[in-house]
Amino acid sequence: MSDTTIKKPRPKHLDLRVIRLPLPGLVSILHRVSGAGLFLMLPALLWLFGSSVGSPEEMAKAKSVVANPLVKLVLFGLLWAYLHHFCAGIRFLLLDMHKGLDLPTARKSAGAVLAVSLTLTVLIGAKIFLG
Amino acid sequence: MQNRIVVGAHYGLRDWLAQRVTATVMALYTVFFVVNLFCLPEFSAEAWRAMFSGGFMRFATFLFWLALFFHAWVGVRDIFMDYIKPVGVRLVAHSVVAFLLIGYAGWAAQILWRL
Repeated sequence: MSDTTIKKPRPKHLDLRVIRLPLPGLVSILHRVSGAGLFLMLPALLWLFGSSVGSPEEMAKAKSVVANPLVKLVLFGLLWAYLHHFCAGIRFLLLDMHKGLDLPTARKSAGAVLAVSLTLTVLIGAKIFLG
Repeated sequence: MQNRIVVGAHYGLRDWLAQRVTATVMALYTVFFVVNLFCLPEFSAEAWRAMFSGGFMRFATFLFWLALFFHAWVGVRDIFMDYIKPVGVRLVAHSVVAFLLIGYAGWAAQILWRL
């Protein structure tokens, strides 16, 4: 960098209460949060999957566990996590291929990721839990 | 390169690419899974079980889990590299996650090939 470059003093906020993330930033951090959540709950998800295809006793046990409203809430959260990670992941793959890199498009696609994943969560969640 | 970090990202394209390849495999499987789900004659425990015991579905599901575990490895490792600075703690954390994921892969195989 040349010496003539003037370093412009920029405001720097790393305080989470001060930072206002733009939509693409929100999608990015939620991608990380949802991924971490899914990883942490992997044992529970594997157990649930195993029970769902297991013996009738295992199936009944899983059903009684899932009947708990708190468990339902966690599963609802994990459903969102999967869908958000899925939608945001596809957006990142497209960005990797230099599709939608300009700011207005990137903002729009970030908004679309949030909207689509939340809508799908409500629709699929309602279908699964309310029948 | 002089200052290599032992528990770093291995400075390469490989994991970056693996993250994208495993993501694509999982995305394709997700679509395949949903299509299969809609093709079920009825939504019952028996039909659900039968869906996974089909030869191709069982194989595809196992590949999905493997892709997921590898994907989780790269993702969790990246998170640790951002937030865990002491090398020793990071090495322990990485090892725990790596062994956990290998164990999960065995678990997934056991679930699917018991069917």
